[in-house]
Amino acid sequence: MTNNHITSLHIRAVPVLDQDEALDFYTTHLGFEVRDDIDLGFMRWLTVGVPGQDTSILLELVGGPQHDEATAAQVRELVTKGALGGVFLLSDDVHATYAALTAAGVEVTQEPVEQPYGTDFGIRDPFGNHVRISQPNAASPAEVKDAYENA
Amino acid sequence: MELSRREDVNRRMLRARDEMDRRYAEPLDIPTLAAIAHLSASQFGRVFKQVYGETPHRYLQRRRIERAMTLLRQTDRPITDIAWDTGFASLGTFSSTFSRIVGHSPTEFRARHAPVAVPSCFIATWTRPRDPA
Repeated sequence: MTNNHITSLHIRAVPVLDQDEALDFYTTHLGFEVRDDIDLGFMRWLTVGVPGQDTSILLELVGGPQHDEATAAQVRELVTKGALGGVFLLSDDVHATYAALTAAGVEVTQEPVEQPYGTDFGIRDPFGNHVRISQPNAASPAEVKDAYENA
Repeated sequence: MELSRREDVNRRMLRARDEMDRRYAEPLDIPTLAAIAHLSASQFGRVFKQVYGETPHRYLQRRRIERAMTLLRQTDRPITDIAWDTGFASLGTFSSTFSRIVGHSPTEFRARHAPVAVPSCFIATWTRPRDPA
């Protein structure tokens, strides 16, 4: 394979419908830190990330000039229908995370479930984006595969 | 957050659909789902179909069959138990619904498919069968 010099996943955009509300959700409820919050005039560059980890999420407002009005409306529709992609997070105490988020009234799509690879549950951000939170167990990939095959 | 009326309806219907996903093994409770969506029970089915392209009943059937497919693939549990656990009142209804949607009987499906080791939410969304009807 050609060495293309890519070293890491740096930023992943998540479509949001209100950046202030997104900022509150991802920082207050999920514990993210603000990496950048810059008014560029033409856009608000707003990135957040998990403390101690380099990858950031761009909380990108739907409706920029790259989309015409009809396309922006379609994207907003897809977000609010829950039809666009999500974010996968890891927790070192998934039950505590679940308890804190449910106490805060966050929308839960699935309660914690034991899986061969660990325990995970699902929530939605205020706009409809899916967020999955998992606590891996100590099983190796091979052990996880065996657990599925021998279930 | 400013949502258009249509976006607001979508968001409320998504909450109701998430509730269906969580309680897939329970009988379809239209009044409860309608309350989550802030609609009347008589409006709920029509609006759900406008947003998601199928009736709540059809969606729930596909959700149940998707779950049954996972259990058939990942476990060796008796098919009768899987039928009950996924909300079907009888093995006959389960088998006929499964065969109609998937194209194979539960037994045939189990024989053809091995377990897969990826996160369960992806298995759920990517193996949910389309309804041929």
